[in-house]
Amino acid sequence: MQTLEPIVAELPLFKGLKPEHITLISGCASNARYDAGTFVGREGHPAEKFWVLREGRMALQIHAPGRGPITILTLGENDAVGWSWLVPPYRLRFDIHVVQTTRALVFDGKCLRGKFANDHELGYEMMVRFSSILMRRLDAMSLQLLDLYGDHHADHE
Amino acid sequence: MPITNDLPRTSDDGAGAARAPAAGGRVAAADPMRPAPYRVLGNKAQTHDSFTLTLEPLDPTGTLTFAPGQFNMLYVPGAGEAAVSMSGCAGTVRQVEHTVRAVGRVSRLLQRCRRGDVVGLRGPFGTPWPVPLAEGHDVVLVAGGIGLAPLRPALCHMLQHRRRFGRVALLFGARSPGDILFAREIESWRGRFDVEVEVIVDRGDQDWYGLVGVVTNLVPRVQFDPAHTVAFICGPEVMMHFSVRELERRGVPLARCWVSMERNMKCGVGFCGHCQFGPTFVCRDGPVFRYDRVAAWLALREA
Repeated sequence: MQTLEPIVAELPLFKGLKPEHITLISGCASNARYDAGTFVGREGHPAEKFWVLREGRMALQIHAPGRGPITILTLGENDAVGWSWLVPPYRLRFDIHVVQTTRALVFDGKCLRGKFANDHELGYEMMVRFSSILMRRLDAMSLQLLDLYGDHHADHE
Repeated sequence: MPITNDLPRTSDDGAGAARAPAAGGRVAAADPMRPAPYRVLGNKAQTHDSFTLTLEPLDPTGTLTFAPGQFNMLYVPGAGEAAVSMSGCAGTVRQVEHTVRAVGRVSRLLQRCRRGDVVGLRGPFGTPWPVPLAEGHDVVLVAGGIGLAPLRPALCHMLQHRRRFGRVALLFGARSPGDILFAREIESWRGRFDVEVEVIVDRGDQDWYGLVGVVTNLVPRVQFDPAHTVAFICGPEVMMHFSVRELERRGVPLARCWVSMERNMKCGVGFCGHCQFGPTFVCRDGPVFRYDRVAAWLALREA
């Protein structure tokens, strides 16, 4: 059986990690394919996995009563999807909608948490990487909040 | 709205001594404060609040010479003027396009203009995008909202002289799917193999299968060689600031990032001082600035 290690090692999220760490992480990974229109997670459900997309598109959605699903972010190639597995209470905060047929590496969150707990060096390195991505998401979301292109421009006339 | 050919003449207050546009573009009239009458040939709605006017000088031999990124002052008789970038292909043209967002009194009146109406036009004014500097480089154009309009002439030039440039990417962020300017044209650009086009909206709807998020999210999605890339960025200041940060993160030198500033422009020739920006005037020294030269003032909080 072909090992996932070379694929995992090439993902931007894991690039530069020590080979033994790549081996540990790959032990929690599997390949998956999802059809467009399906959901890989629902808000409030247990968060047991995260995904690194290799091809396709997923959307994070909030379901607002009376307004239907609202997409707040779409994610594509090389993007990581899902953080709720990382911290208690391990519950998804958004619906994860497969917008286009997607191929992804799926990581078992519980398995990874175990490896991080046993190998603090790996755990620390991964926390720094996850934090960096989360900060960029937070930056982006702040910009979205600003409603940059809204009607609040000064009247320059 | 009654718009007549009867354009009042503004007095020559000495602004004629102002610097000629850096692009070498011919100033339409000898007196840069005097609007030349232009007839509206068309007014095409782009979105619910944006539209593209096509204008032609009443003077049967009149032409307008401008470079990508420059702007005109458009005058609605009796109402006032607004600074508007040309949005069509640059060069010496008889028909000139301006894409406007109706956000103020003058632009709302311009939105109501119909074929045959006459408006006044001054300029071209301001510094252009340094398109020749981008030759031989990869080019990343980052546009937010109406900011796509001043970048369109630059992209037009690059597509007309495609071989002179490396990879060309257009990253466009809009508020919602209904706020996408030049939607058909974007589709046709997307169909080309020699330009990479990515569009993202802040808010999707159920019919939108494209990307949702902010325009900065697009920067990692396109291919370019950071060390040999020139970036032109136009949109709200915060968006430009964060776009530059994202480009810098990928390794694009700040000295190769150019932004187009929007300020309250009145005279267009660096005379009245309305558009002061640090020690510069946006109308005369800009609107296109090299990012590292204005970064310090971009961060200043205004009262």
